[in-house]
Amino acid sequence: MKNIKVLGTGCASCKTTVEMINHLAEEKGVTIELEKVEDLQQIMAYGVMSTPAVVLDGAVVHTGGIPTYEKVEQWLAAE
Amino acid sequence: MSKAMDQNLKLNPEHGLLDLPNRRPILFLLLAAVAWVLIYEQLPAVAAYLTAMLPVNQSGHLADSIRFLVFEAPKVLMLLTAVVMVMGMINSWFTPERTRAMLAGKHEGLGNVMAATLGIVTPFCSCSAVPLFIGFVQAGVPLGVTFSFLIAAPMVNEVALTLLFALVGWKVALLYLVLGLSIAIVSGWVIGRLHMEAHLEDWVRDMAKVDPDFKPEKLSMADRLQAGFQSVRDIVGRVWLYVVAGVAIGAGIHGYVPQDFMAGLMGKDASWWSVPASILIGVPMYSNAAGIIPIVEALLAKGAALGNVLAFMMSVIALSFPEMVILRKVLKPRLIATFVGVVASGILIVGLVFNLVL
Repeated sequence: MKNIKVLGTGCASCKTTVEMINHLAEEKGVTIELEKVEDLQQIMAYGVMSTPAVVLDGAVVHTGGIPTYEKVEQWLAAE
Repeated sequence: MSKAMDQNLKLNPEHGLLDLPNRRPILFLLLAAVAWVLIYEQLPAVAAYLTAMLPVNQSGHLADSIRFLVFEAPKVLMLLTAVVMVMGMINSWFTPERTRAMLAGKHEGLGNVMAATLGIVTPFCSCSAVPLFIGFVQAGVPLGVTFSFLIAAPMVNEVALTLLFALVGWKVALLYLVLGLSIAIVSGWVIGRLHMEAHLEDWVRDMAKVDPDFKPEKLSMADRLQAGFQSVRDIVGRVWLYVVAGVAIGAGIHGYVPQDFMAGLMGKDASWWSVPASILIGVPMYSNAAGIIPIVEALLAKGAALGNVLAFMMSVIALSFPEMVILRKVLKPRLIATFVGVVASGILIVGLVFNLVL
């Protein structure tokens, strides 16, 4: 099962990102473990400077904005 | 399934036009620019035509206000879309990571100037202020230089400059650019001189240093075009309502508030305290440039002095309670107070000098 973390201090774009990933995963029938990381020290531990950022199975795959549908689909499809 | 559909979309010649931005990005930009100019030039005629059709007294206040609204709102939104599109593409060259690598190890002085300038072209959202701040400090960007960036990035941005240009004129837009940068450069330099590194929160100081090296993502022209679309969706999608609301309030003020109403309150001959008062009123107001500038334009038209209005606007955008609450997580109270004090003094000087000179 994929573990996806959305890093962000609780701004509107972060919430949109979480909803979007959830929605697409459901649509595709992919089970994921989705976490929202709002703690600043944890976010900084990933070396991320602009939020929302997305961590896929421990690796930062996206920073600085709501990801595109295509990008999220790639994450969900990747083995 | 969807991947197959995507593939289909790309190969299907019937969708050729939709796919133009990806296949021929430069051609698409040229066509879009031509279409934009053609539509933009027709705006005054269309606005006049629409207003003339309305069953209202054509020389009354209501017609004045409506004419202003139906012309200004589309005009401002079109300008904004074009500028945000272009800036979105430029932004794709200046990621925060690259900006950080450029600023790391820079000395104060030149570093402050660079930081403030990069603040204009680096994408910035106030919810990213803190991660950005820590990221800079971690990579060895001096504290004062970091502050120059942090002050310039929200205050001097393409949305503020476009709206000032569209609604108030290029002279005020240019003044705002120069003064905003100056405040960011000087304030950052002063904060650097005060050596307040000890007033960062302990966990920030104790964080491991990081290497500012970065590997630039390889982006094609089509990717940058997509980045431009993305920022139009993001920024214009977020602020268009504020712009329309702001222009509507501005239109109301235009039509109904008597000329020189503001002259006594915020005018040139108002007493010296009108500048600090404008700043104080501005701090608790949390608005972005999009909402505040149409109102600024209306205030100016009704006789408010430029110094007061600039001070008010800068204070609304650069100093806000929500941002201070966020910054409190990384800064100790004395550093926050210093930050606010230094920036407010800068704005105060700008306001007073303007009122004196103009």
